[in-house]
Amino acid sequence: MGLVVENISKSFGKIKVFDHLSFEVDAGSILCVEGKSGEGKTTLLRCLNKLEQVDEGSIFIDGENILQLKDARKIGSKIGLVFQNYNLFPHLTVMENLTITPNYLKIMNKEDVNLKAKKILKSLEIEDKENMYPYQLSGGQKQRVAIARACMLNPAVLCFDEPTSALDEDTSQKISSIIKNLANQGMAIIVVTHDIKFSRDISDLILKLEDGKLNRMQ
Amino acid sequence: MKIFEMLIPMTWEGLKVTMSVFAITLIVSLPLAIFVALLKGSKNKYIYKFTSAYIYVMRGTPLLLQLMFIFFGFHYIPVIGYAFTRYQAIYIAFILNYTAYFTEIIRGGINTIDIGQFEATKVLGMSKSFAFTRIILPQVMKNIIPSLGNEIITLVKDTSLVYILGVTDILKAAKSVSNTYSTFTPYIFVAFVYLGIIAIMTNILSSIESKFDYYR
Ligand SMILES: Nc1ncnc2c1ncn2[C@@H]1O[C@H](COP(=O)(O)OP(=O)(O)OP(=O)(O)O)[C@@H](O)[C@H]1O
Ligand SMILES: [Mg+2]
Repeated sequence: MGLVVENISKSFGKIKVFDHLSFEVDAGSILCVEGKSGEGKTTLLRCLNKLEQVDEGSIFIDGENILQLKDARKIGSKIGLVFQNYNLFPHLTVMENLTITPNYLKIMNKEDVNLKAKKILKSLEIEDKENMYPYQLSGGQKQRVAIARACMLNPAVLCFDEPTSALDEDTSQKISSIIKNLANQGMAIIVVTHDIKFSRDISDLILKLEDGKLNRMQ
Repeated sequence: MKIFEMLIPMTWEGLKVTMSVFAITLIVSLPLAIFVALLKGSKNKYIYKFTSAYIYVMRGTPLLLQLMFIFFGFHYIPVIGYAFTRYQAIYIAFILNYTAYFTEIIRGGINTIDIGQFEATKVLGMSKSFAFTRIILPQVMKNIIPSLGNEIITLVKDTSLVYILGVTDILKAAKSVSNTYSTFTPYIFVAFVYLGIIAIMTNILSSIESKFDYYR
């Protein structure tokens, strides 16, 4: 169970970003991917979330190859992505940011969606922000709303792109315990980061993306 | 003031024409423009070329000429030619013309939306049509209201072009009265009527604009 990536490759025209990558992330564990700027960390997450198409290879989530997923609407309940700049919907309140997708997908009835949203906001300690708009939130609060929005769909895998790049030390600490919590609840987590201290703190395994290959760090 | 006994009822009749050309053009062209904007964003190069050509022709020739072509010229076209009534010609020309302008404004608005917004809807699993109507379009509307407002004000004034097909709007009404009484007064009177319409439109637009102020 969890994420199994087999032999994926990606290039943009002549630029080969990565080549035959294989790795696994078990449910409940945290993988950190380090690497210098431009090595392809964001591209890797974008490929996992199907924002970019891989040239070859397979991506299995709980045994299902998501590259062959028939219903594109199911992607959010397989894998989620917390963007580096969050990409919250600015015209919707925090609550609406969380509820719009599950209500559209009709995975639960409306009351359960609302209850679930409240529960998640509470667990992330931003329940007092539910009626605010994204522009009224701090960076760390936006980050947590983005996490909550992804969690509404119960993805088996959750990806984070540089979650601490815009945060101070204390807020990073909070995010780190939130991520650990999500893993404890059984999610497979992938975090792309420059922040070595942060990755040492949360990861079960650290891989380094270098020259298109993933290398294990000791 | 005998002149007003003629001017006021005639202006009133003309106002009905002016306002219905204005309102119908606006109500039909705006949704149509959203649709054409989506077509123009299509990856199919024939659809793209067709919509681009349509917009080029509509924006590249005077509306007056388009009105004349559709009313006087269209039925000379072999096979598809058909003689439109005056009002049909007016509505077709205005709608085609304004849809082109509105389309360009809406395309511009869509282009200002951060690509991350589209990507967020995709990773969450929203369909394209749901994402467009609920996430993208509301943000586009906020961005384009000022330029839409300019175009709407131009539309009010452009309605005066209907005189070329012999239809009496407020300006033509003023002209008739002016000719009868040999005075310039009717023109000044309709100038104020236009200003009144523009004032009302400006107010409505700024109240719509402030409805979008709730977020940044
Ligand atoms: N859409 C694209 N078209 C062409 N090249 C791209 C595209 N997206 C990324 N690249 C290239 O792929 C490589 C990897 O980019 P990526 O953004 O994944 O790096 P990164 O490791 O996330 O860097 P950083 O740490 O600075 O965020 C870069 O050389 C980049 O120029
Ligand atoms: Mg990156």
